[in-house]
Amino acid sequence: MAKRSVVPFGPQHPVLPEPIHLDLVLEDETVVDVVPSIGFIHRGLEGLVSKKDYKEYLYIAERTCGICSFGHGNGYSLAIEKVMGVEVPDRAKYLRVVWAEMNRIHSHLLWAGLMADAFGFENLFYQCWRIREKILDMVELTTGGRLINSVDTIGGVLRDINEDQAKLILNNIRDIETELKAIRDTFLEDYSVQTRTRGVGVLTKQQAHDLGCCGPLARASGINYDMRVLGYDAYGMLDFEPIIGTDGDNYSRCKCRLDEAFQSIDLIRQALTKMPAGEIAVPVKGNPDGESFIRIEQPRGEAVYHVEASGDKFLDRFRVRTPTFANLAGMCETMKGAQYADIPLLVVTIDPCISCTER
Amino acid sequence: MADEKNILTVIDKEQLLESVMVMKTRGLRLSQACASYKDGKYNLSYSFAEDDNYRYETLRVVIDKDDMIPSISGFYPYADFYENEMKELFGVRIQMIKNDYHNKLYRIAVETPFLPKDEKEED
Repeated sequence: MAKRSVVPFGPQHPVLPEPIHLDLVLEDETVVDVVPSIGFIHRGLEGLVSKKDYKEYLYIAERTCGICSFGHGNGYSLAIEKVMGVEVPDRAKYLRVVWAEMNRIHSHLLWAGLMADAFGFENLFYQCWRIREKILDMVELTTGGRLINSVDTIGGVLRDINEDQAKLILNNIRDIETELKAIRDTFLEDYSVQTRTRGVGVLTKQQAHDLGCCGPLARASGINYDMRVLGYDAYGMLDFEPIIGTDGDNYSRCKCRLDEAFQSIDLIRQALTKMPAGEIAVPVKGNPDGESFIRIEQPRGEAVYHVEASGDKFLDRFRVRTPTFANLAGMCETMKGAQYADIPLLVVTIDPCISCTER
Repeated sequence: MADEKNILTVIDKEQLLESVMVMKTRGLRLSQACASYKDGKYNLSYSFAEDDNYRYETLRVVIDKDDMIPSISGFYPYADFYENEMKELFGVRIQMIKNDYHNKLYRIAVETPFLPKDEKEED
């Protein structure tokens, strides 16, 4: 019988600059069980609803995550707007899509770089992050911030994208699309990359469903589930189909995310082309009174925003269930049966965001 | 564009396990579970998603501060984190959590649960 041993992974590990701890139960080099521990960076953000009024709190909600910050602000705004019955102007809905999709591209490129770094392909890592910088430059140009944007507000958005900026973005994303093709080809066709991704960390469709996975992790296993299909913001007025994989392995997850980056480029193009003229926000008066659940598709998957209010300027409760929180069980499942050397890759493969998870 | 159906059903705590079992049998995914606290009562929300048609169903259980509630981790093993969070941060008394972190899910120095000072339990 193989010798059993327990090897700790994290909370500080070179592959992931975020703290999560795993107790890996090994039989020789094979992982047979995983016990996760989180909780190293809980910030108590949800509790701050008792100290910041519901309009100020938007800026706290955005800071749930430094990568998908726009989405968190957007999800929070949508939840409040639903409670208060606020109808956001169409132009603001399209602008929200543009920034949300820019967030998605830079998040996926950040992930692609980390993935490349995890399997030792330094040059690919540099290239992914070089392209990501171009996206961040466009985010900075249009919002004034690179990661924390603060352009969302209850009732719309605070900044517009003018015609010159729109032209610049359309030109830039055309160039980025070309560069991204080379990245995609390397990830999907390079022999040595495939040896680290094909057939590694398989999560079947049934497992992904049973473990409550969401986002690219679930879609790579064949689950057709993308919150943008609900049509929030301007997604209902744009053409797109969720990108679905079949194999549920590292390769399929890479393919899913890289294809989604192209899809985001297409959505930005559509949004900027179809965006109507008009107001970008409506004034919002009074305090929320009621409850709502809102789901949006963040780069890492379904995020759930729950608001409870009782007519006061302070909310009774704000809750965000982030995608990584839902995907931790799936991540642990991909590790069972894997080789110890593949664990860093399998941690990165779900694109974990621990600060999001712990809030 | 999917037609979002967002349904909230208030149930008694005695109905929780049976209702969750129905969700499990119907093949719904546990999307989130959370607690809120006001005026001596907990609002517990368990949300389930139907992937095929984007239907979203939330079960709401309202319990008194000292009431016990059974864990749903027997049906949804990955409910562990949600339930440990409810227990640690809000002080919800949950029985038989499959992986009980005993109020150490979040490694924070601040005393939990985060309830108004006069309503915290005395150890």
